[in-house]
Amino acid sequence: MLYREAGQFKASYAEDAQIFPIRQDRIGFWLLMLVFGVAVPFLASEYWLKAILIPVLIFSLAALGLNILTGYAGQLSLGSAAFMAVGAFAAYNFILRIEGMPFLVALVLAGLTAAAVGILFGLPSLRIKGFYLAVATLAAQFFIVWALVKFPWFSNNSSSGVVTAQDVTILGYTFATPEAKYVLTFLIVAFMALLAKNMVRSSTGRAWMAVRDMDVAAQVIGFRLMRTKLLAFAVSSFYCGVAGALYAYTYIGTVEPEGFNLDLSFKILFMIIIGGVGSIMGSFLGAAFIVLLPIFLDNFVPMIFGDSLGAGFVSNFQLIVFGGLIIFFLIVEPHGLARLWQIAKEKLRLWPFPH
Amino acid sequence: MARKIGGVIVDLQNISLRFGGVKALTDISFDVKEHEIRSIIGPNGAGKSSMLNVINGVYHPQEGQIFFKGALRKKLEPHEAAEQGIARTFQNIALFKGMTVLDNIMTGRNLRMKCNFLQHALYWGAAQKEEIAHRIKVEEVIEFLEIQSIRKTPVGRLPYGLQKRVELARALAAEPHILLLDEPMAGMNVEEKQDMCRFILDVNDHYGTTIVLIEHDMGVVMDISDRVVVLDYGKKIGDGEPEEVKNNPEVIKAYLGTSH
Repeated sequence: MLYREAGQFKASYAEDAQIFPIRQDRIGFWLLMLVFGVAVPFLASEYWLKAILIPVLIFSLAALGLNILTGYAGQLSLGSAAFMAVGAFAAYNFILRIEGMPFLVALVLAGLTAAAVGILFGLPSLRIKGFYLAVATLAAQFFIVWALVKFPWFSNNSSSGVVTAQDVTILGYTFATPEAKYVLTFLIVAFMALLAKNMVRSSTGRAWMAVRDMDVAAQVIGFRLMRTKLLAFAVSSFYCGVAGALYAYTYIGTVEPEGFNLDLSFKILFMIIIGGVGSIMGSFLGAAFIVLLPIFLDNFVPMIFGDSLGAGFVSNFQLIVFGGLIIFFLIVEPHGLARLWQIAKEKLRLWPFPH
Repeated sequence: MARKIGGVIVDLQNISLRFGGVKALTDISFDVKEHEIRSIIGPNGAGKSSMLNVINGVYHPQEGQIFFKGALRKKLEPHEAAEQGIARTFQNIALFKGMTVLDNIMTGRNLRMKCNFLQHALYWGAAQKEEIAHRIKVEEVIEFLEIQSIRKTPVGRLPYGLQKRVELARALAAEPHILLLDEPMAGMNVEEKQDMCRFILDVNDHYGTTIVLIEHDMGVVMDISDRVVVLDYGKKIGDGEPEEVKNNPEVIKAYLGTSH
């Protein structure tokens, strides 16, 4: 009843082309932004900020990056974690080696470094598709982690390969508390999500989707396959790179190359499968789901079954649930949580009438 | 009818195309004049679609020359053909299934959009203006082909006949000089065929677009074409106005066989 677009007429194409054409959606969106941007930093506990909200935001950004490449441009990749590693270590080195490097500039440079590496590893996509491309990106995953371990210069000759992120300082203000780090992460992620949405709703995004859906037709219409695919790799890696840098600077603080392993790449892939392939919102839903599910299971499995099962069972149970969910989503709803949300909204528009 | 057939716009000379040992096209020459409707007919496997693929640069013939607007055309990629004003539809619908009708047709205008991805990311000023200017053009095509009611529908949900029409819309959105239509009426019922004929004639009449058409429905071909070329086993067996072709003994032989 409340969710109805009756009476909302679009008088111009600009109005028709806005991100949320329905007024209720716009209101809901701004409420959400207010809650997460203003209320949460005041209300949430340190545990929630540090262990849940910040990682959800950072993984959302990484998932968004992978979604641009895989969901929109149709190029399967298993190297997202490696591009995050490039971003994290690039930011570390830029801040370390250039005197007075502003944090936000370092963040952009880290993204650009990751984008350059992404273009390099995207070159095989001009020749190969699907599973074969996934294997080629797997090479990126192993090669980058290996290179970061092999050459100690990247970690400033630290014996263990572990680097400690420097303080995050913008215009003299140091982001030290979880609240401040959360707000910074939130603003960056929200801004980049907006940029991504704008790209996918204009000609750039249409080129990606055209190449994804039917590459021969895309070419005949005038899209250049090479430029389109490499741009997708570059933008996607940029997003993953920035996510990696944030991962180091606003989330865990100390990172090592091995932390960005294949498991993490798969985790990001699962996020977009569960959240929704080819959906900006899906990236956020998927990341939230995958971060929250283990915490949920940790707390609720012992509550239901008691302590008799032991910690080992709980962590294995997580894997079982993950596996089951992936299969469930692939079969039942390949477009993920975002599609379920869309269906719910379509139903809501008609409710309480059957059609 | 205001349209007037102009000079030769595409001139194909002695085109031969082989895939390994298979000869798809052998020594074919014909031309297409500006503003005309030129049909290519022939039995299955005659090389009609290959001919279109040669014209828009998907296939590169081993022998022969193509003159485009009077100049010898070098080997080119499909997107370059698109830049020269050649658009086409496909025999098996080649729409972008995950996108809406509107987005599909908008892709047709990509070559006329000049903003880069950074401007798109900001979606401010030039990028937004451009998007809306092209949307207005696309809406004209949508109105022309009478598909207003489905503009926000994902193309995957549409019935076959409408998908064909959306594909035509996408090609038209590019405002091409030459439109290559590969069996636009295959699998349609009589009314849908009538609609499609009307659209093809209207496009030709209204925009002056040159049309190269592959079609199996002889009634349609004979009614709307200015000239017809007939292929069989990769060779040209007839060329001329519909009446001429209809009475060509070679053509009758290819289609009906002869009594021995």
